[in-house]
Amino acid sequence: MNELFKKGRETLGREVRLIQGNQAMSEGAIYAGARFFAGYPITPSSEIAEDCSKVMLKVGGVYMQMEDEIASIAAVIGASLAGAKAFTATSGPGFSLMQENLGVAVMGEVPCVVINVQRRGPSTGLSTKPAQGDIMQLRWGRHGDQSVIALCPATVSECFAMTVTAFNFAEKFRVPVIVAPDEIVAHMRETFSLPEPGEVEVIDRKKPSGSPKDYKPFVADADGVAPLAAYGSEYVFHVSSSMHGPDGYSNNDPANAAWRVAQLHRKIEMHRDEIVITKNFATEDADVLMIAFGATTRASRAAALELRKQGIKAGVLQLITLWPFADREVATLADKVKTVIVPEMNYSGQVAGEVQRVLGSGADIRRVNSYNGEVITPQEIRRVIS
Amino acid sequence: MGKKERYEIILAGSGGQGLVLAGIMLGEAAVLEGRNVVQTQSYGIASRGGLSLAEVIIDREEIIYQQVQEPDIILALTEEALEKYAALAEKGVRIFYDTTLAKPRAGENLTGYPFTKIASDLGNVASVNILSLGAMTAAVPMVKTESLAGVIRKRFQGKALEMNLEALRKGVELI
Repeated sequence: MNELFKKGRETLGREVRLIQGNQAMSEGAIYAGARFFAGYPITPSSEIAEDCSKVMLKVGGVYMQMEDEIASIAAVIGASLAGAKAFTATSGPGFSLMQENLGVAVMGEVPCVVINVQRRGPSTGLSTKPAQGDIMQLRWGRHGDQSVIALCPATVSECFAMTVTAFNFAEKFRVPVIVAPDEIVAHMRETFSLPEPGEVEVIDRKKPSGSPKDYKPFVADADGVAPLAAYGSEYVFHVSSSMHGPDGYSNNDPANAAWRVAQLHRKIEMHRDEIVITKNFATEDADVLMIAFGATTRASRAAALELRKQGIKAGVLQLITLWPFADREVATLADKVKTVIVPEMNYSGQVAGEVQRVLGSGADIRRVNSYNGEVITPQEIRRVIS
Repeated sequence: MGKKERYEIILAGSGGQGLVLAGIMLGEAAVLEGRNVVQTQSYGIASRGGLSLAEVIIDREEIIYQQVQEPDIILALTEEALEKYAALAEKGVRIFYDTTLAKPRAGENLTGYPFTKIASDLGNVASVNILSLGAMTAAVPMVKTESLAGVIRKRFQGKALEMNLEALRKGVELI
């Protein structure tokens, strides 16, 4: 592994550079040990496929350009089951096409990472413009009764760090993890310095250690997660998207179904405190709290600084983990403030609705929405206060 | 003119004029000088034509909001781009524009040069972005011309390198 890191670093360079969010995500994936990318380029995520097409071979990995997004996520699932850390990147219509197979990954507990750069819809919409309109799709895009993890960076450094984290969560919890920056963050360039190997923790999936003939791919350890063998190893096992028992083979027993469905949710609930990542900016004494994510975090922080100059105590809670939702963090902070503002680049107030669910109907929640393909400005956020 | 702690720059024109690349190179020059940079862009679905713009913010401090709010200097390479920003000249924003593609305008802070024609005469119309950057950085010390030359040397080689360094020189000489 260290050899691969070294190789990765030689390829990626060491100095302080001006790089794009998309590039930081592909570098984050390489740093985390991803050695398989399959994708179908789509604006505004195409630079990730482009980078991977150049870098993957140099670090001993595989780049596959697929015929569409359905095949892309299918290839990722196959590669992951064969033992590779695997990912894909897409946007808008491509993310919709991936939903069915993402459900397969949930059901088969296949670690994988999907980057969904959010662009303005509906449908093919404004393909080059930013949006935050997929928040509910991230959580509920698949049919059935399932749970995934979704992360949302606001800076180029967070694009890198949260991609590493996404792989760590995927590997640790055997679950698909979606990284969902908006177009602004994905296309933005900022000063960035690649961490040294070992500087950021990298987690690999648990492998089975017992006798291959006793291996049960869906019997969880005390941490709620089962070790995962690799296809092609001496551990021969079965993975199915249909309801299966501890051995992976078809099982229609109601008790088994209840156990399986609950386990897919519980392994995430059990580790909720580790998974839910938030950042606080000047929230200690705040009367006004902005709850923001992605690019709107930056506008909110600028708005909060301006409001403080006017004598209004404003702070920002940044949601980096969008799903599972930061219920506790939102409730704890919102409890101490008079007004909550939720700026987001969608019409429907997808995060504001969640905040409302957490705080109840009596809370003073002010929404700031943009849905014209333009970013939200600090002035637009400030306006709802004065 | 002394160097400021923070510069906000807009490079506007049409798709295909290399404005995003100009923004990246300007940003990279500032990174060479040890400063923080945020570069964003806005463009339509066409790879040629349509309003296209790159924004660059250079600061010694952390750059929180990513978009330009109070531009110090604007480059307008088309009539459409100049129309959008010309009024800001009266508020003290330094505007450089291309008289090859935009109608000449009189007024303080408005500086027109035939950037596209000069680049074309040099033998490569695609070097219009670097030529314009040369003029702008000679007039307003956002970054050192030498830092820009360093970025060009890193990015290009052979004939393309010579041509782009020549474009930079020509741009600087305009001021």
